[in-house]
Amino acid sequence: MIKKMTCISCPLGCQLEVEVNETIKVTGNKCKRGEEYAKNEVTNPKRVITSTVRVEGGDRPLVSVKTDKEVPKDKIFEIMKEINKIKALAPVNIGDIIIENVLGTGANIVATAKVMKG
Amino acid sequence: MKRDLVIIGGGPAGLAAALEAKKNGIDDILILERDKRLGGILQQCIHNGFGLHIFKEQLTGPEYAQRFIDEVERLGIEYKLDTMVLHLGDDKHITAINPKDGLMEIDAKAVVLAMGCRERTRGALNIPGNRPAGVFTAGAAQRFVNMEGYMVGKKVVILGSGDIGLIMARRMTLEGAEVKMVVELMPYSTGLKRNIVQCLEDFDIPLLFSHTVVKIHGKERLEGVTIAKVDENRRPIEGTEEYIECDTLLLSVGLIPENELSREANIKINPVTSGAYVNELMETSIDGIFACGNVVHVHDLVDFVTEESYLAGYGAAMYIKGQYKKDGKRFNTMGVNGIRYVVPNSICPQNVKGSVNFYMRVSDVYHNVNLIVKDGENIIYKSRKNHVSPGEMENVKLSKEVLEKVDGNELVFSLEEVAK
Repeated sequence: MIKKMTCISCPLGCQLEVEVNETIKVTGNKCKRGEEYAKNEVTNPKRVITSTVRVEGGDRPLVSVKTDKEVPKDKIFEIMKEINKIKALAPVNIGDIIIENVLGTGANIVATAKVMKG
Repeated sequence: MKRDLVIIGGGPAGLAAALEAKKNGIDDILILERDKRLGGILQQCIHNGFGLHIFKEQLTGPEYAQRFIDEVERLGIEYKLDTMVLHLGDDKHITAINPKDGLMEIDAKAVVLAMGCRERTRGALNIPGNRPAGVFTAGAAQRFVNMEGYMVGKKVVILGSGDIGLIMARRMTLEGAEVKMVVELMPYSTGLKRNIVQCLEDFDIPLLFSHTVVKIHGKERLEGVTIAKVDENRRPIEGTEEYIECDTLLLSVGLIPENELSREANIKINPVTSGAYVNELMETSIDGIFACGNVVHVHDLVDFVTEESYLAGYGAAMYIKGQYKKDGKRFNTMGVNGIRYVVPNSICPQNVKGSVNFYMRVSDVYHNVNLIVKDGENIIYKSRKNHVSPGEMENVKLSKEVLEKVDGNELVFSLEEVAK
């Protein structure tokens, strides 16, 4: 089976063809990252999730957050539910852990913006 | 008030220009920002993918902005928030206002324009139909969702496959909305490939090329839109109309540099980019007024905005210190045959520091072409491109040595088919 995909490791966006038999054969990639990306995409696709979390006592109502590692793609919506449950308390700094090891994925939800007391 | 350098706009362009001017010995700098905080539009771009070129890592918009804000704070560069510039004269006289200082009259030795761009609106598209609530530009919706904390709707159609539209398709999906489709007038996307993959394909959101919205339905709130296929002249084809029920329509149909102030200062504007004509140091047609970032031409990547703005900051510093020579040989740049525009527009090699990065956009999708740069009949640069698209900016770096050898008074950038 040949699967076509666009590599997103960098803005170049190589068009890859991935042949999945006993081994995985990747063509169309201009660098090593393309091969790695394609292999991961067909075996264990992962993504960084970015969203926002409510803040109490801050100079703005929300703080932006991300997973500090890529998480399995099929966990995205479950993780979003966790993110939407929680509230942060001002002040918040970039890198502050908002949720530790979210759903046992090994990834933390960390703040990506600064919120001061307000 | 008299200032050495006034920078209008505290987004990524203004911040980078300020830092580079400071680094080059200018201490009296004032940044004027109309929002409540520095960072510009990056503050609402909470997705990641920023900084791959400059920092060699993937940052979110607020993280990218904060690196520059921290540096501005550390160096003690002065800025005023909540401050609107009302007028800019060609004598570099600025009128600005804010609630704390009231009306301010500022005479600057040099000015950097870093006002960014604005989204095209429904009015600019002339979509027929009613005027219900629920029609937003994608960026306005992004601000509501990511900064103010309001969801803008539940069933969404997005018109235009620009990057903000794609990013918002994912964002709305993550927050529980149903994004029914993205419709794109052109037969190709104007957004970055990685956004099409990560924002649409990941969530099975259909992308319909050569389609547009021909009618908006609903009285108080949007109830639906009629979409239709378009022909090669982008005219809706009769009989292809389809009604799509939705409560929200997001528009991601292009960005326009925000040059009201530039026009007041009689700065010459390039009709192709809607931004100022600039030279090798990002100086506009008016002496001592520089410009950088999306106010000059709309970029895909903030990294390139930063790079271009460092140059403007350097240029302004050279100007203030009187080290910027205007008497040297100068030639223009031009894009033809598939190259829609080139920035910068003119080059005086003696002012170039190391090299010039020429940015350009192509006018259509082309495969297997050479991007060539000619000085008269002489080809001074050639690069093979497997795929070019108007949605992805191209750039060509030429060194000072190469630029110094240019004989003619025009450097011509063009595409040519690769000989079979």
